[in-house]
Amino acid sequence: MPASKRIALSGWGHYPICESDVFRPEKFAELAAVVSANSHKLIARGAGRAYGDAALNADSRVVDLQRLNRMLDFDAETGILHAEAGVTLDEIIRVFLPRGFFPAVVPGTRYVTLGGSVAADIHGKSHHRESSLGTQVLWFDLMLASGEVRRCSREENGDLFWATVGGMGLTGVILELALRLRRVESAYIKGEIIRVANVDEAIENFERTDQQYGCSAAWIDCISSGGSLGRSVLHVGDFASRDALPANLRLEPLHAKEKTSPPVPFNLPNFALNSLSMRAFNIGYYAIHRNRNDSVTPYDVFFFPLDSIHNWNRIYGKRGFVQYQCVWPLEESRAGLIETLEAISGSGRASFLAVLKKFGAQEGMLSFPMPGYTLALDFPVTDGLLEFLDRLDEMVLKRGGRVYLAKDARMRPDTFRAMYPKLNEWRAAKAQADPNNHFSSTLSRRLQMDPA
Amino acid sequence: MKVLILGGTSPIARLLAIKFASIGAHLYIASRDEAEGDRIAHDINVRSGVPAIAGKFDASDFASHAELIERATKELGGLDGIVLCFGTLGDEDKAQVDATEALATIHQNFTGAVSILTIAAHRLEAQGTGFIIVIGSVAGDRGRKRNYVYGSAKGALHLFVQGLRARLSKTKVHVLTVILGTVDTRMTWGREGTLFTVPPERAADLIFEAWRKKRDVVYVPSFWRPIMAVVRAIPERIFKHASF
Repeated sequence: MPASKRIALSGWGHYPICESDVFRPEKFAELAAVVSANSHKLIARGAGRAYGDAALNADSRVVDLQRLNRMLDFDAETGILHAEAGVTLDEIIRVFLPRGFFPAVVPGTRYVTLGGSVAADIHGKSHHRESSLGTQVLWFDLMLASGEVRRCSREENGDLFWATVGGMGLTGVILELALRLRRVESAYIKGEIIRVANVDEAIENFERTDQQYGCSAAWIDCISSGGSLGRSVLHVGDFASRDALPANLRLEPLHAKEKTSPPVPFNLPNFALNSLSMRAFNIGYYAIHRNRNDSVTPYDVFFFPLDSIHNWNRIYGKRGFVQYQCVWPLEESRAGLIETLEAISGSGRASFLAVLKKFGAQEGMLSFPMPGYTLALDFPVTDGLLEFLDRLDEMVLKRGGRVYLAKDARMRPDTFRAMYPKLNEWRAAKAQADPNNHFSSTLSRRLQMDPA
Repeated sequence: MKVLILGGTSPIARLLAIKFASIGAHLYIASRDEAEGDRIAHDINVRSGVPAIAGKFDASDFASHAELIERATKELGGLDGIVLCFGTLGDEDKAQVDATEALATIHQNFTGAVSILTIAAHRLEAQGTGFIIVIGSVAGDRGRKRNYVYGSAKGALHLFVQGLRARLSKTKVHVLTVILGTVDTRMTWGREGTLFTVPPERAADLIFEAWRKKRDVVYVPSFWRPIMAVVRAIPERIFKHASF
């Protein structure tokens, strides 16, 4: 049995923090020994980029898969990569973008592992066209509590496949998988930057550009109110073909120069991010963007703007922060968005960064997206925040929406149950694959997800 | 360039292999856990596009060593370099009271290395060029209460490689001794009192750099050189009572 290390772990939001016995196998056989040990509850952890408590296991066991990150096969004809769960999207992009391939679904950060991405069934700016990551996964191997390895795909163990995609690691440990990469001709996104004055204009522009562009998202100012409520900057685009690039980029179309900023070296003091600095940022961000219909943006600036600042989570200081991401069904989106933005500006709280995005079709038992609009917000952990977010939950729930588990650190179990209608179907699949609830996390216990 | 990595499944071995692959080297990954070696060979091949082959190697199975060098040379189509990465802490507590365990640790870290290096050096000396990189340890710089069985094997290995370097100094065979400090791998994971740990990526970078510069002996990272100078300078009558 490999050694474990007692570590105070947290997610990317630095909230909550709890101690676990952490294993970090470097060989396949070590992982098998950890998983099948008749011991405390276990949850797998990737790069620790879930914001809340999804990859935490208070006073129990966590298995960190980052050292099992081998790429096992790649077929350049089909673009199918076979790799271990610890491989990150960053590694995939570094290896395959120069060869003309890119993951069809990427979240707002490239530093996530494949295993974590499947467990959270991540989505990105392409969701309205490509849906979530699950659609790009052909199969994966899942290790159960007994150590038995089960191949899961749409055809083989289909229920377990759909219970694991978005299943937050609670059905077993994803070992390796086959992922389809898409072909791209360049490392640049060609598209438009559109400034819009309010919520209605934002929705209008998403609807207008939906068919035209494969990727879209808006930064939304959640400080303005009244007639400017929901003013935003939309970024829409597609990977540029080589011929569509300006001449100076055509020579090396697949090599975009990386942009990096100095890292945040330590936790900033709690007062660094206050309503004044957030207001200044929100006004500034809107002001520096101009409408453009021919923007050419390096892929990393378009998809991963925050990755250029390492440890950006430290700007919130030691107190940490909570991400709140919700989605409303299409017909409720406008009203839900207005109601939520009004509640935020009325509360005197502000979100440093807020992102608005339209979702398309979605499969999966616990996957977060649904056709409609999603809003992602960051809040520093301050007095009264949890009560305020409970209020937002009620508003979202009443309109048939839901909150994203990979970002959650605080939702109540009854709210969760009401938001995820396929929970019982998921529980049945989980009970079959993991009858003794060997796989469990701080999140699953908080939300009472495990079958009785 | 054709390179044989011995003990190829450790994180440092894997990262060094990727470094060599990045300059176009063809690789033979030899390790006790062949399935694991195979995963690493595939990984190197997918990432770098260079051929990488995995094969079985057990440091304490001396009789198999000559055949391994033959096989690796044949399958690679030549042999330019050897990177010796194997080694294990073993069960130190057991090794201090159980002679069989103690000898197993010595074989895994020292006699196994003597065997394979002697065979490989003979070949490289005959061809007149090539390199040998041997991963030693700061544990080999002074015998300590906590890990002297492992430490004595590594210390002996340092002396053996030192002599080998002198013998090969008339040829163009470069012999590099790496005296490795604590690295963040399974060897140190969860071990109390482990200080100054560096990520394996940094260790591999420094080792590769030392190889490029044709260094003889290098501490990785270099701050271990003064630390170990101090450790060695402590008088024995005091040192023997030290708790580490």
